[in-house]
Amino acid sequence: MILVVLRRLASAVPILLLVSLVAFGLMRLIPGDASAAIAGLSATPEQIASIRAQLGLDQPFLTQLLRWYDGLLHGDLGRSLLLGQPVIEATFLRLPVTLALSAYALVLTLILGLASGIVAALRQNSWVDQLAMLLAMFGISMPSFWLGLLMILIFAVHLGWLPSGGYIALSEDPVGWLRTSTMPAISLALLQAGLLARITRSTMLEVLRQDYIRTARAKGLPPHLVIFKHALANALIPIITVIGIVVSLLISASVVIESLFSIPGMGQLLTQAVLNRDYPMVQGGLLLVTMLLVLINLAVDVGYELLDPRVRHGSA
Amino acid sequence: MDPPEVQDEARQRRRHPALATWRRLMRHRLFVTGLALFGVVALAAALAPLIAPGDPNRLAMRFKFLPPSAEHIFGTDNFGRSQWSRVIWGAQLSVAMGLAVVALNAVFGTLIGAVAGYFRRADNFIMRINDALMAFPAILLAMGITSVLGPTAVNVAIAVAIAYVPRTARIVRASVIVLREMEYVQAAVAAGAGHWRILRRHILPNAMAPLIVQLSFLFAYAVLSEATLSFLGLGAVPPTPTWGNIMAQGRQYMTDAPWIIAIPGVALMITVLGLNLLGDGLRDVLDPRLRIQQ
Repeated sequence: MILVVLRRLASAVPILLLVSLVAFGLMRLIPGDASAAIAGLSATPEQIASIRAQLGLDQPFLTQLLRWYDGLLHGDLGRSLLLGQPVIEATFLRLPVTLALSAYALVLTLILGLASGIVAALRQNSWVDQLAMLLAMFGISMPSFWLGLLMILIFAVHLGWLPSGGYIALSEDPVGWLRTSTMPAISLALLQAGLLARITRSTMLEVLRQDYIRTARAKGLPPHLVIFKHALANALIPIITVIGIVVSLLISASVVIESLFSIPGMGQLLTQAVLNRDYPMVQGGLLLVTMLLVLINLAVDVGYELLDPRVRHGSA
Repeated sequence: MDPPEVQDEARQRRRHPALATWRRLMRHRLFVTGLALFGVVALAAALAPLIAPGDPNRLAMRFKFLPPSAEHIFGTDNFGRSQWSRVIWGAQLSVAMGLAVVALNAVFGTLIGAVAGYFRRADNFIMRINDALMAFPAILLAMGITSVLGPTAVNVAIAVAIAYVPRTARIVRASVIVLREMEYVQAAVAAGAGHWRILRRHILPNAMAPLIVQLSFLFAYAVLSEATLSFLGLGAVPPTPTWGNIMAQGRQYMTDAPWIIAIPGVALMITVLGLNLLGDGLRDVLDPRLRIQQ
């Protein structure tokens, strides 16, 4: 088990190195010079020079690169120009908000996606199946921010059931958190639930065709045992690998959803940074979010290896 | 003995393979639905100067906030601008943007994927970089690139294309690796064909099916990404009408003038739904093996 984790961690190292290199390169891609872009049109040459020095852009390229990696190793990604806060600190203040929202959306995704996928597979080609797949298709095609806007219009403006935006931390007031997070979480979850429902359905259909399912049915096992114990247990394994992708999509979709609902999470932080040309924040925030996703995917892979005896023994 | 229509189809496929595929696609109900939905949007985009001759930016304050009516089909916005013109010109921008992203992916994704899949020595190096780029969430990478390049429609297209090229390359590479080992390719090698000729004549034509399927989904992501970025204020700058920025501006008036956000949203959804259905249909017909993996 430790070996599996270590081997996976080792394979993530080159990816993380390259990811940080891309993030480093991004700021050097700015046409002209980042400091001129940050300072604005009316800046004096002295102001530009001072920003250049502050960002280290006056150093030779190799020195900049070494400094970047040196900073990374010490947990220093520079300071946000907009907030005046270290990038790491700003990120860790905002990240829990995004993670709580994503976790809520993930729970909704799993419930909706798995349930409709399983029901659709069990009643293949019936009207239930067709309805479920039609809804899944709509879920996939519905722009999440538009769904959010419509929900604000209906449930906040007209019915007044839920606040149209803002955020209350889970640790402060769980009920308030639910009230502020439910519409954003549904907006995030619908797309992923559609994807998951389609994958669950096709995986279940594949498993239900297997001989051992026929055997289990033939020997008179009650249907719920066949479905949950024999079929679902095996269908879940490929589905688990998708969860890493779902989490990654949830976190990227939260960029627009957090801005829409004024939720002070990572997505809103990055949007503000991009809009205000806060390059150190864009660079560092992008890097940290991506690193987090690499680690989540790694955890999913490890979980997959531990769960599936075929993979476990095949690779040992 | 097969029934006559099966024989007929087999004969036809020998003679005109593309025609036979087309006929199978036309029997796929969801594909036809998708084609019709996306067709409406594409047609509106192509005919924008004819069907929406009015300037989408012409202000007419005395006509502001008019609900949809016979005179103003989609109503007017807070400046009295015709929503019909704005949504139609927005469609043109969305479709053009999707086409640009698809074209860039078709060229660079194929090139990178083919080189990585065919030349074993290059594979590891290219795919490591590819994996690193794929580790970034696409929309966040596109945001980062747009912030660096500046918010214009062209830059958004470039940014979204860069974010998705690694994914396209990966799909092309996967087909090329399988095809590379095929006996007919070995035969071409034995016959003395050069690498370039083998790739172009023998491998890439057979790697097209998964690529076409991917590109139709990519079109949908591209349109959606553009709308998302311009909704956040990172796309083409107003007054240029895009579906995203129309909705962003309409948001503050949505209580009194809900049509300002409703209509571009419906247009966006029809586009994305149409393209997704097209992609599903193409996948079922062109590449049935992919059906299970999705």
